[in-house]
Amino acid sequence: MRIKTISRSVDEFTRERSQDLQRVFHNFDPSLRPMEKAVEYQRALTAAKLEKIFARPFVGAMDGHRDGISCMAKNPNYLKGIFSASMDGDIRLWDIATRRTVCQFPGHQGAVRGLTVSTDGNVLVSCGIDSTVRLWNVPRPSLEDSDLSSEKSAEPSAVYVCKNALLAVDHQFEGELFATAGAQIDIWNHNRSQPVHSFKPGNDSVISVRFNPGEPDILAVSSNDRRMIIYDIRMSSAAREIRMQTKTNSIAWNPMEPMNFTGANEDGNCYSFDGRKNEEAKCVHKDHVSAVMDIDFSPTGREFVTGSYDRSVRIFPYNGGHSREIYHTKRMQRVFCVKYSSDATYVISGSDDTNLRLWKAKASEQLGVILPREQKKHEYNEAVKNRYKHLPEIKRIVRHRHLPKPIYKAIAESRAVNNAKKRKDDRRKASSAPGTIVTKPLRTRRIINEREVE
Amino acid sequence: MEVALEDNNLMENILPPDEQEIDVELEAKEKKYLRGEGANLESLKDKKLKTQLASREKLYGKSAKAAAKIEKWLLPASAGYLETDGLEKTWRIKQTDIAKEVDILSSRNQYDIVLPDFGPYKLDFTASGRHMLAGGRKGHLALVDMMNMNLIREIHVRETVRDVAFLHNDQFFAAAQKKYAYIYGRDGTELHCLKERGPVARLRFLKNHFLLASVNKIGQLHYQDVTYGDMVASIRTGKGRTDVMEVNPYNGVVALGHSGGTVTMWKPTSQAPLVQMQCHPGPVSSVAFHPNGHLMATSGKERKVKIWDLRKFEEVQTIHGFHAKTLSFSQKGLLAAGTGSFVQVLGDGSGNYSRYMSHSMVKGYQVEKVMFRPYEDVLGIGHSMGWSSVLIPGSGEPNFDSWVANPFETSKQRREKEVHLLLDKLPPETIMLDPSKIGAMRPSRRKDKPTRGEIEAEKEVAVEAAKGVEMKKKTKGRNKPSKRTKKKKEMVENAKKTFPGEEQGNVAGKKRRIGEVDAAELPASLKRFARKN
Repeated sequence: MRIKTISRSVDEFTRERSQDLQRVFHNFDPSLRPMEKAVEYQRALTAAKLEKIFARPFVGAMDGHRDGISCMAKNPNYLKGIFSASMDGDIRLWDIATRRTVCQFPGHQGAVRGLTVSTDGNVLVSCGIDSTVRLWNVPRPSLEDSDLSSEKSAEPSAVYVCKNALLAVDHQFEGELFATAGAQIDIWNHNRSQPVHSFKPGNDSVISVRFNPGEPDILAVSSNDRRMIIYDIRMSSAAREIRMQTKTNSIAWNPMEPMNFTGANEDGNCYSFDGRKNEEAKCVHKDHVSAVMDIDFSPTGREFVTGSYDRSVRIFPYNGGHSREIYHTKRMQRVFCVKYSSDATYVISGSDDTNLRLWKAKASEQLGVILPREQKKHEYNEAVKNRYKHLPEIKRIVRHRHLPKPIYKAIAESRAVNNAKKRKDDRRKASSAPGTIVTKPLRTRRIINEREVE
Repeated sequence: MEVALEDNNLMENILPPDEQEIDVELEAKEKKYLRGEGANLESLKDKKLKTQLASREKLYGKSAKAAAKIEKWLLPASAGYLETDGLEKTWRIKQTDIAKEVDILSSRNQYDIVLPDFGPYKLDFTASGRHMLAGGRKGHLALVDMMNMNLIREIHVRETVRDVAFLHNDQFFAAAQKKYAYIYGRDGTELHCLKERGPVARLRFLKNHFLLASVNKIGQLHYQDVTYGDMVASIRTGKGRTDVMEVNPYNGVVALGHSGGTVTMWKPTSQAPLVQMQCHPGPVSSVAFHPNGHLMATSGKERKVKIWDLRKFEEVQTIHGFHAKTLSFSQKGLLAAGTGSFVQVLGDGSGNYSRYMSHSMVKGYQVEKVMFRPYEDVLGIGHSMGWSSVLIPGSGEPNFDSWVANPFETSKQRREKEVHLLLDKLPPETIMLDPSKIGAMRPSRRKDKPTRGEIEAEKEVAVEAAKGVEMKKKTKGRNKPSKRTKKKKEMVENAKKTFPGEEQGNVAGKKRRIGEVDAAELPASLKRFARKN
C-alpha cells in the first residue's frame, strides 16, 4: 500500500528571521476563487470611484504677464523650462517646478506671434507683428538661479527686419533652418539676415507653420484661405494642399507617426490626416463647441491636447473621436495656446487672462516617486477599470465630468440641432429613390478639395 | 517492500518523458485557466475593435499557458494519495494502518477528543483550515488552533447550542443558542445578540458577501450583513420547519432541504425560491455542495444518497445502503457521509462516487457532523462524545494561495486581508445561479411590452419604495397615529395597483363581431355566421 498525505513543515512556509520578507505562495487555480468575476467588477467600481476622488488636475498658475498669452515654446533639451510670449511683446522663460520667471526677453514692440527654440536648445527665435525676427541666447540654468529674487533680462543676439507682420515661426527638428509665416513663408538660416528661401501660397496670409519631426525638410502650413499646404523645402512649390470649409488655426505632427498630422479647425473640430493620402481625414475629433485655437501632441504620440476659444482645454486620444478629459476653471478665459510637456506628464495652457496654467495630463495620477507596489496597484486598477468600463454603472462614473454652463448648454443645443438635421435628412433619403441622395461621411464632408501639386 | 517499489519508479524517471506528453498534459491544464471559450471575432466588422480584441485574446492564451506551466513545475507540494496493490481494497484500510505508514506530522492529525458531558458536537473550520470551532449541544464552545493543537478559548454558555459558524476569520464566531443567536469575539466576549431571527436552527456565513444566513425553527430564512448589521432579507419559505441548510460556495446560493423531500434554493433579493427540486420521497436529511458548484449531494431517510448535476438539475448517481445524517465535500471532490457511528468516504479522481475509505468508531459515538479541513488531508468528525480527526489521503488541496487563504498567517497579514475582504465585499444582488453572468452585456431589446415577470418585479420594487418612504411629521394636532397608518396603507395600495395599459391579459380588444372571429373558434351552432374568406 502506498500512502502520501499533505504535511507542511512550519519552517518551509514561514520566514526564518524577522529581517526576511514574508513568504508568499501562489496557486492560480480558478476553483480556489469562487465568484471572481463579481469581485473583479466590485474592484472596477471601487477603482472608478477612487479615480474620481483623486482627480485633482490643476497644479498651479504662473502669472506675471501683463497681457494675454499669445504663444509658447518648449525647450527640447531642458524639461523644466518653458517660454511664453504675450500680446504686449513680453517674452519670459519660466521654471515650471517653482512656477517663477527665470529670465525676461524684452524688445518686441507689439504682440509676439511666434516663439520657437532651436534643436540644441541654445537659441530662442521670436517673431511679432512689428515685422521683426529676434534671436536670443537661452541662458544656461546654473546654481545661481536658485536665488529667485533676481530676474535676469537678456539682449537679443540678432534682429532681422521684414516687410510685413509675421504670424508664426517654427524651427526644424534637425538642422539650422527656421520658417516664419506672414504674408508669405520665409525659410531663414540663423546667420543670414535675409530669408534663404520663400514660398508664396496665394494672396492670403499664412497663419501657422509646423516642421515635420521625422523628415526635416517637410513642413505643413495653414493659410487664411482655409487651406492646409504641405511643402518640401527642397522643391520650389507646394507638395500637397487640402482646402477645407473653415480655416485651420494650428497644425501639429504626430511625433511617433510623423506621416500623420492633426489640424485644429475654426469649426471646433480637429481633423487628423495621413500626410500621404489626403482625400479623407483619418479621424475627426469632435468635442469643442467653439474654435480650436491650438493643438500639441504628447511625446508618446498617443494623445494630443487642444485649447479652444470656449475657455476649455481638452485631451484627445490620437485615434478617438471624443475627448478623454476636459479642464476648465472659472478664471481661465479664452485659451490661445497649449503645450504638452516633454515628459508627457503635464499640460500647460496659456490664455487670455494673462496666466499660464499647469495641469496634470492624467488627472488622478500620483506624482513623485512611486513605490513598485503602488505602481502595480495603479496598473491593476487601471486594467480592471478598463475591462468593465462599458457597463452602465462604471461607465457613468468614468464618463462623468463637470462642464461649465455655457459649454453644457452649447453642447445640448448643437445636439438638438444635429438630431433635427439628421432626422430630416434621413426622411428625405427614405422617401427618395435609392441612390439619388448620397450622404458624405464626416471625414470627407468638410474637405472641399485636395490636390497634389506636381 | 516500499523501498523496492521506489527504486522501480526511479528507473522509469531516468528516461526523459516524451515532449509530446508534456504538451498534452499542459494543454489539458491550460483549458482550466482559460475559463471558457474565446470570443468569436469573425462577425466583427470594426477593424480597430477586431485587432484590439484579437491581441487581448492572445494575451489570455499566453497567461493561461504560463499558469499551466507554473502549476506543473513550480507548486511546492503535491496531492496526497492512497494506492493499494493487488487484492487489497482501499476501504478496508484502517486509520491504525495508515498511522504506521505516514510521517509524524501527519500522524499527529489523528486523534479522538473525548468530552462525554456536553453533548453532540458541531464543528466549523476557518477558510484556511487553521482554526476550528467546536460547539457542544449542552453549551460548550471551544476555539482551537489546529496547527499547534492550542485551545485558544473555551466558554460554556449554559444553554442549548444548535449550531456554530465562523464569520470571515477567526476573530468572530456565531453560535445559535436556545432563544437567539449570538456573535462572540475571539476571546469569548459576547458581542451581539441577534434577536430578530428567533430560535435559530442552522447558521452559515457567505464569505464574499459578509452575509450571515440562518434558518430558524419556524422555517424563516434570514440574511444579515455583519459589517453594519442590517437585516438584508427575511424570507418566509412557506415550507415549514427545517434544519437542513447549506451554502453553495460557487455562487452564494443557500439550499434548504425540506421534510417533503424538496430542496429549494434561495437568494436574498427575492421572496420566491430560485429552484425547487424534488430530491427524495421522504424528508431530506442533509445537503452538501461540491466546491466547483456543479454537484450537489443530498441524502434522505430512505437510505439513499443522491448526487445531482446542478447545471441540468439531473441525478447523476445514487448510492444505496445507508442513511447519511451528514454530508461534506472536500476540496478535491471526495464525499464524506456520516451515519450512526460510521463514516464513509466516497469518491475517486474522476467523479464516480464509489467507496474509497471508511472509519467506524465505538458504538456509543453517534456522528453529528463531518467536515473536511481545508488544505489538509484531514476529516473532522463531531460526535456525541466529543470530536475526532482522521486522515483521508487525497482529500485536501495541497497548494494554498497566500492571497486567498493562508494557514501560516501573521496578525499583520490577517489585518490586511480583512481590509481587502471588506473592500471586495459583494452586494447581495450578485447572488445568482450563474455568477459568470456578471459583467456580461444583456442584448438590448426593443421596447416591447414588459413580460409578466417584469411587471411583477416592478410592482415589488414600487411596493418596497412606498413602504420605505418617510412620512412628514405634521404639527398642530394633525399627526394622529391612526391618520398616519391610514395614509401609509393608502400609499402601499396605490403602489400595488396596476396601470390599466400594463396588464396584458386585460388589454382586451374591442368586442369583435361574430363574423370577424375565426371559424374554428366559434361553437358549432354559430359556425354559419363565420365570415367566409
